[in-house]
Amino acid sequence: MDYLDKLESRTIFIIREAYHEFKNIAMLWSIGKDSTSLLWMVRKAFFGKIPFPIMHIDTSYKIPEIYSFRDKYAKEWGLNLIISRNEEAIKNGVSPDKGRFECCNALKTEALKQAIKKYKFKALLLGIRRDEHGIRAKERYFSPRNQDFLWDYKNQPPELWDQFKSGSDDNSHIRVHPLLHWTELDIWKYVQRENIPITNLYFAKNGKRYRSLGCLPCCSLIESNASNVKEVVEELKTTRIAERSGRAQDKERAYMMQKLRSLGYM
Amino acid sequence: MEKENMNLVIAGHVDHGKSTLIGRLLFDTNSLPDGRIEELKKTCKELGHDLEFAFIMDSLQEEVEQGITIDTTQTFFKTPKRNYTIIDAPGHKEFVKNMITGASQAETAILIIDVNEGVKEQTKRHAYILSMLGINQLIVILNKMDIVDYDEKRFNEVKNIILNFLDNLKIKPLYVIPIVAKDGDNVAKPSDKMKWYSGKTLLQGLDSFQVAGSLTNRSLRMPVQDIYEINDKPILVGCIESGKLKPDDEVIILPSNKAVKIKSIESFLADKKEAEAGESIGITLNQLIPVKKGDIICKKNDLAVVANRFSANIFWMSKNKINVNEKIILKLATQKTECVIEEIKQKINSSSLKLLEEHAKELREMEIGRVIIKTLKPIVIEKFNDIPGLGRFVLMQNSEICAGGIII
Repeated sequence: MDYLDKLESRTIFIIREAYHEFKNIAMLWSIGKDSTSLLWMVRKAFFGKIPFPIMHIDTSYKIPEIYSFRDKYAKEWGLNLIISRNEEAIKNGVSPDKGRFECCNALKTEALKQAIKKYKFKALLLGIRRDEHGIRAKERYFSPRNQDFLWDYKNQPPELWDQFKSGSDDNSHIRVHPLLHWTELDIWKYVQRENIPITNLYFAKNGKRYRSLGCLPCCSLIESNASNVKEVVEELKTTRIAERSGRAQDKERAYMMQKLRSLGYM
Repeated sequence: MEKENMNLVIAGHVDHGKSTLIGRLLFDTNSLPDGRIEELKKTCKELGHDLEFAFIMDSLQEEVEQGITIDTTQTFFKTPKRNYTIIDAPGHKEFVKNMITGASQAETAILIIDVNEGVKEQTKRHAYILSMLGINQLIVILNKMDIVDYDEKRFNEVKNIILNFLDNLKIKPLYVIPIVAKDGDNVAKPSDKMKWYSGKTLLQGLDSFQVAGSLTNRSLRMPVQDIYEINDKPILVGCIESGKLKPDDEVIILPSNKAVKIKSIESFLADKKEAEAGESIGITLNQLIPVKKGDIICKKNDLAVVANRFSANIFWMSKNKINVNEKIILKLATQKTECVIEEIKQKINSSSLKLLEEHAKELREMEIGRVIIKTLKPIVIEKFNDIPGLGRFVLMQNSEICAGGIII
């Protein structure tokens, strides 16, 4: 087994553990490289027949290519796709101009809360990685959220030897993070090896590309000439720029990411 | 050729310099993204203090403000030899379960000690936890040598104390290195202030560690994780703990002792003829027999032990105490059963390692118990040193882990 095989095997183990423990689960698919890789491994874990829905939290501000990519592969891979939007907030005109924190909170966190309530999900699979952002380095593989979605990071249950927190007693849900141990470079090497379809927003056109994908107004392009997976892998081997440097919500004020996350942001 | 990866935990008493050391390692190996330093400078300015290496790790608002690490954190650096994932384990007594969570993912460790303060309560407790987790590749570093004027005598005093203590735990560190994390002495570069030390720098020491070997050449043990019905056939899924398997192998399902043959290895988008330790796979059998989560697949004539009573060392980490004969859930690999601690033969302080009581009636937070465990259902076990994955277990109350244990 090589290094990527080991990462993949652990991820598949965690996916299967989550499904066995909670049954009523869903995977959050943002259509980005991480959750698309996670989806690839979810397909492997269940031999192509995923026994739970794949959910896209749609803020309505996503980059157009994301929607077409989503619809194409949802069909091709036979996904049970749920699209969740906070319609009321969208109708009321919530937008980044009126405050990024409020916008993320209403269109992502609230939309997710509504979906969990509607479908009564016990656990959600998310494609976050520890190396993405300082605060994500503190996550557990199985991370409980209480009814108000709050994350009590100071008092997290211990995890050891592939034993995780199991079903919860109250009405909270568990966030499951099967990609926690992957790095950005690992993901791209895996995308390359497995030939996973990835939206072309990540590849350079006219000297610019997206390195991290979010909503159109809050996501900026980075300078890059990497126009395919192989070139992205090469670029990442030498880069000294942080992955989420193009993500406005991380930077607007110190700790915004922490605040968002403790309120239930993905 | 892919470079190998090694998970490294940095353990030690609070304030002995873990976070500073990590900041230094990232800085000296050029592993910090440009944006990170800017972000930190800004944050530190807002909080009204100077940029310190320690804050590179402590990214949560509360942790920067309080200046202590609360939860385990991971970060990454590389040397020409390999890539490292550093796990920062909080040194505060209150956060010991976070420390265990981090350390259990490591295969190697650094134990950091403030040479001025010497060996403290969490230094010893962390050393015990490393030994319990079976992490035997260890480097001890004595930090803050500048405070003791780079004094060789003080270095040797503390070195002897910690070596004696580690000897009780049957741990022999590869190196004991004098360093100054904040200035970088003996971290990536040799120190010109401690000419009396001619040994390895910390980075040289780390690069001399060996990556854990594979368990492929040991006996086959595959804990069944689940059974899926795919296209009308049952597929047993799980991660192979040790050994290897292929179609036509004659196997025994424990604890029921049923003999069957492996029919196929199932994989999606690939054709697999053989599978080995560490792989998460699916298999089908040549006959339909009842199999459930927690069953262990072994090769014929090479079976694991089936028991409902065994001896173990457990480390209790919940705020709620546990009484003898109180019902509790045991999880070992994919097995799960109700059990009781039938007897606490000895109760031990996890820092001083002193015997607190023989034939105790209860265990409290951070106490070690040498115990006899009795399970409701028979379970499949091994000695920890033979097949680690079947020789360690957790005890759970209210769906949370409250103890880790090693079968002896």
